[in-house]
Amino acid sequence: MINMLEIYLFVSAILLNMGIFAVITRKNAVAILMGIELILNSANINFIAFNRFGNFEVLDGHVFSIFVIVLAAAEAAVALAIIINLFKNVGTVKVDEATELKG
Amino acid sequence: MIPEYGDILFLSICMLVVLTGFWVVVSPNLVHSAVSLLFTLFGVAGLYVFLYADFIAASQIIIYVGGILVLIIFGVMLTNTISDQNISNKSQNRVPAAIACLIMLVLQIRGILNTNWYIAENQIRESTVNDIGILLLSKYLLPFEIISLLLLAALIGAAMLSRKKV
Repeated sequence: MINMLEIYLFVSAILLNMGIFAVITRKNAVAILMGIELILNSANINFIAFNRFGNFEVLDGHVFSIFVIVLAAAEAAVALAIIINLFKNVGTVKVDEATELKG
Repeated sequence: MIPEYGDILFLSICMLVVLTGFWVVVSPNLVHSAVSLLFTLFGVAGLYVFLYADFIAASQIIIYVGGILVLIIFGVMLTNTISDQNISNKSQNRVPAAIACLIMLVLQIRGILNTNWYIAENQIRESTVNDIGILLLSKYLLPFEIISLLLLAALIGAAMLSRKKV
């Protein structure tokens, strides 16, 4: 049986690093948001995998992953409202062209 | 040795998650990234099914695929002109970022392989929905209420941010 904890941890680590790669390299704000979704998904896989292989009697990991999903939904809604406002005011969603604050 | 069908399905779901996730990260077209993210999220839901997490798998499909992904595609469509056929999505600093992420990945994989993980004996159970409901309304009642307030605040905030000034 190949269905073991390490495989899930590998997939989750790969997803985490790809998400960080997207956050670092992308210039489009929506693409950065997709990278953040990948990172949150990898955290969720870890919660569920440790819950199943560690102690499957109590479902604390499931509840935490529900909280993570809710946070992801709230974050996506607010971030997209901000991105659309940025597009209305600046005319672009490239994060390196929005330099009104001279950052 | 004949491989089991479950193992083949499991490995192909893992490959699906990794490959489509990679295409989300490197695709030069933003719409391709969004569609590829759809398959990544479905693959993660499949992994939850392999972990006996039926409720989380269903919520993943309903909330991520049905809600967040639609929001993201909505954002892509609203912030680009439709006539722009090839919605560009350039990356920069790819090589240093790839090196840093690969170093981090190697360190994490070494950590995973060198740790002696505790594995419990009992790994099979009935549906998880009942226990999640009981936990949410007993042990985690206060975080549950707080997160519902947070969701309400985010909803009002997003509506306030995106409406017209009166």
